Amino acid sequence: MVQGYRFTLNGEAVELEVPGMRRLLDALREDLGLTGTKEGCGEGECGACSVLVDGAVVDACLVPVCQIEGSDVRTVEGMADPATGALSPLQQSFLDLGGAQCGICTPGMLMAARAFLDNGGEPTDGAIREAIAGNLCRCTGYTKIIEAIAVAADEGREGDPVAAVYGNLDLGTSTDDYIDLIRGPAELPPEPSTKDLSAGGPGSD
Amino acid sequence: MPVEPPVTTPRTLPEAYSLLASDVYRPIAGGTDLIVQITGELGEPPERIIDLWRLDELRGIRVEDGALVVGALSTYTEIRRAALVGEWLPALAEAAATIGAAQIQNRGTLGGNIVNASPAGDTLPVLLAADASIVLGGGQGEREVSAGDFWTGYRETARSADELVLRIRFPLEPPRTIRFRKVGTRRAQAISKVVMALAYREDGGVWRDVRVALGSVAATPVRVPQTESVLEGAAPRRTVADHAAAVIAREITPIDDVRSTADYRRAVTGRIMHRMLRDEGGW
Repeated sequence: MVQGYRFTLNGEAVELEVPGMRRLLDALREDLGLTGTKEGCGEGECGACSVLVDGAVVDACLVPVCQIEGSDVRTVEGMADPATGALSPLQQSFLDLGGAQCGICTPGMLMAARAFLDNGGEPTDGAIREAIAGNLCRCTGYTKIIEAIAVAADEGREGDPVAAVYGNLDLGTSTDDYIDLIRGPAELPPEPSTKDLSAGGPGSD
Repeated sequence: MPVEPPVTTPRTLPEAYSLLASDVYRPIAGGTDLIVQITGELGEPPERIIDLWRLDELRGIRVEDGALVVGALSTYTEIRRAALVGEWLPALAEAAATIGAAQIQNRGTLGGNIVNASPAGDTLPVLLAADASIVLGGGQGEREVSAGDFWTGYRETARSADELVLRIRFPLEPPRTIRFRKVGTRRAQAISKVVMALAYREDGGVWRDVRVALGSVAATPVRVPQTESVLEGAAPRRTVADHAAAVIAREITPIDDVRSTADYRRAVTGRIMHRMLRDEGGW
């Protein structure tokens, strides 16, 4: 049963004639040619296919096209400035801070982070970890991803973004200092506490 | 590419009821369980699907007639954010917060959790402990089924094929304390190994109307009447906790599966029970 479904995709009106139960992921990649959204597990575990539907982050592998009729869909392709190609603050921050290794999780991480920041999330370590808890990075580059989100959150704010995440570690006072620091030969900052992640597990009872 | 059965999206309940009366449809709400189940790898996919997402009559969270009423299409995110849930049934918000992560919570619904009828459904023990009832609707009208009568066997429910879950009613009188605890491999994205909800009413230092409900320890979400009778009329003291933990570990009938073992589930269920009583007793 094919019918036309209308929605906006990265700000542009789209009409798609596909079966209503087509996964949004397949519609994006196969029908619309937007392959920035990745398929990892295909069952809602990994978050590689994260996109925004009406501002909320969802797994595109679990959303049928019939449910996005009339919605506003945002994918990683819509993050950079369409006119200039300039990267968004989040993308730039991932680039600057090494928030990507193999890159498969990156589009999903960016979309989850964007939903978090757009919805006014406070960029603390614990809140950022919860915001990307549905996104797996199998290179285990989480530390740099969390840093990149914290730094992007600080765009246009006063103060030290790193301190906002880790407390005052005396790493310098600006984003640029921090980027220089972790790019250069200087000592790396201490790892963030992993206490939050282990609490509540079976072993803690 | 996964299978793509034909789907119909009704805009009103009467429209949905007439579709359900005309043929066999598999309902989809948020899709977080259903889309994984209809790939064709887990048996025959459904012939046709009814998409409930536009049925706004199934949305909304309100207090009416002495009950917290949660529309079946309420997502876990909506439940987490609802001030009324925070005020009247915070255990439901806690359960919603343990399901998947943001991506799942933004789509998955309470009605979906109920109809999917997984023994590991995280909200289901809260429904049992809270004496909730599930309101079903169809062309013949509405009927209310208590949570205790709803899950009739492994992934089987009291819902007829031509009915929809409309809303869930949580009675607020008499006021009771309700607690929730989930144990999984990690805090996010984990299907539970054991999930427990406890309800009681404090009455002059002892507990009344005690309910203890569990998920992932049997073919359906279950209450444990022997354990409840240990706690009924008792106070949350250490000796009571020791006794209740021993009884509950014997009372449940868990299995070994891919997520855990029966032995671990017995051990951790006893520990959760003990910990809940310690927290309530403040010792």
